[in-house]
Amino acid sequence: MAVLLIAEHNNKELRPFTLNAATAASQIDTDVHAVIIGQNSADAAKQLSELPVVKKVLSVEGAHYENFTAENFAPVVVKLAENYSHIICSANTFGKNLMPRIAAHLDTSQVSDIIKVISPDTFLRPIYAGNAFATIKSNDAKKCVTIRPTSFDPCESTGGSAPIEKVDASEEFSNTKFIKREEIKSDRPELGTARIVVSGGRGMQSGDNFKLITEIADKLGAAIGASRAAVDAGYISNDHQVGQTGKVVVPDLYIAVGISGAIQHLAGMKESKVIVAINKDGEAPIFSVADYGLEADLFEALPQFMEELNKLNTIQK
Amino acid sequence: MKILVAVKRVIDYNVQIRVKEDGTGVVTDNVKMSTNPPDDNAIEEAVKIKEAGKATEVVAVTVGEEKAQETVRKALAVGADRGIHVKVDGILEPLAVSKILQKIVDKEKPDLVFMGKQAIDDDCNQTGQMLSALLNWPQATFASKIDVKENKLEVTREIDEGLETIEINVPAIVTCDLRLNEPRYASLPNIMKAKKKPIEEIAASDLGVDVSPRLEQLKVEEPPKRKAGIKVANVAELVQKLKNEAKVI
Repeated sequence: MAVLLIAEHNNKELRPFTLNAATAASQIDTDVHAVIIGQNSADAAKQLSELPVVKKVLSVEGAHYENFTAENFAPVVVKLAENYSHIICSANTFGKNLMPRIAAHLDTSQVSDIIKVISPDTFLRPIYAGNAFATIKSNDAKKCVTIRPTSFDPCESTGGSAPIEKVDASEEFSNTKFIKREEIKSDRPELGTARIVVSGGRGMQSGDNFKLITEIADKLGAAIGASRAAVDAGYISNDHQVGQTGKVVVPDLYIAVGISGAIQHLAGMKESKVIVAINKDGEAPIFSVADYGLEADLFEALPQFMEELNKLNTIQK
Repeated sequence: MKILVAVKRVIDYNVQIRVKEDGTGVVTDNVKMSTNPPDDNAIEEAVKIKEAGKATEVVAVTVGEEKAQETVRKALAVGADRGIHVKVDGILEPLAVSKILQKIVDKEKPDLVFMGKQAIDDDCNQTGQMLSALLNWPQATFASKIDVKENKLEVTREIDEGLETIEINVPAIVTCDLRLNEPRYASLPNIMKAKKKPIEEIAASDLGVDVSPRLEQLKVEEPPKRKAGIKVANVAELVQKLKNEAKVI
């Protein structure tokens, strides 16, 4: 039986992690179908059909799908599920919100946030904020699996030409009403996919001081991250949070500034290729995962860092 | 309005996890246990709503072994009115917990069910959504702000792109984010008073729910360790290393 991938999109285009989820789906079975549920989402459906790993696209349109409400999405997927062995989606806030609702309707025990496909029924997933890895075998006939997008490479995005089939919409769930979405628009790369991330913690002391981080991020073409402490203190908005309950990032370079390195923060960044820690407390746990540690006052170190970057002839972006 | 709040007992968030040598799980003997942190936020929010005169009763429920009752007792000490302990031993998957909670909802008929958005032990992030599906109720996950209105809630949710606001009709499920509120500490007099509050004990086997596991945990292992790094003397050396040694800038 084929595998069903749930596409994440914004009605205009696919969200980037759909490509990572497609890779994971194709590692379970080469016969991957993808469902896209939305309103006026034909362009995104076409994009989906061009992914070479996707063999068929199912498109479901309706006004009540415009805002991705799980209560409206779940019945569509549940209805399609009978033809599939696995339902796959990214373990970001979209998939985390949606997949358990589908799994419960199918009476399936979901496997959340996998980082590796070992076989079609066995998966590796982090537990305890990534302080242990569990190998989990699912004995359910139908498997609902969410994947950690940063643990799978994005699939090729062009060259495919899967047929797009229209599927009837399900009834509207009337007890949930979308009011508004406040998206923080930025020209910087997305935190989840950026090659470089510069993050600030409680040590930044104020929201204004984050401009020291912003400058460096702009110079490096980096995304901006934050510890939970910095978000709780109101220095920066929640969409920047890296950690166990925030975003998991795996950039080539992660620069942690004024972040002590609580277990919950390390869970979101310790798989980064190169980690730099700048902290005035030499005993801070962040140094235990850092490739390069600088014990210094960040208010002196960051301006110097900017100066040194300005001296370089070239910077990779 | 009546609010049911589900709480879970987990290894305390400050404990450094150790994996058992035989690969069957993590060490829990003689390890400090606490209420799952976002479940504390769920209790706090329910108690605040009651204090604001918008709820009449807060009931705390847990599902688990004998000692799980500590989490209910703690909820009573910070303002819940009474408790329910569904007793069951062994590993429970979120699907089983949500089926048990569904039975408790059938019995208690709450208007709202609150719980943490995720347990910090298995990191599954499933139970609230599953319960909501089984009941066919609306769900507001990852809540960082709740406004109680007449027979409905306006909830602000933390999503990857920023914030989303939805309106859900009661009865409904809300899963709480850590930023929802600041949980209070229990005062000594309230801890004493909580000892007199009732906790109903129910055997899971009496609820007629199949809680047998669907998943097999084949192995638990330590994640690969990072090799130790170095300390650099100054910013110039750091930038030089990033450029010429790590080659990342």
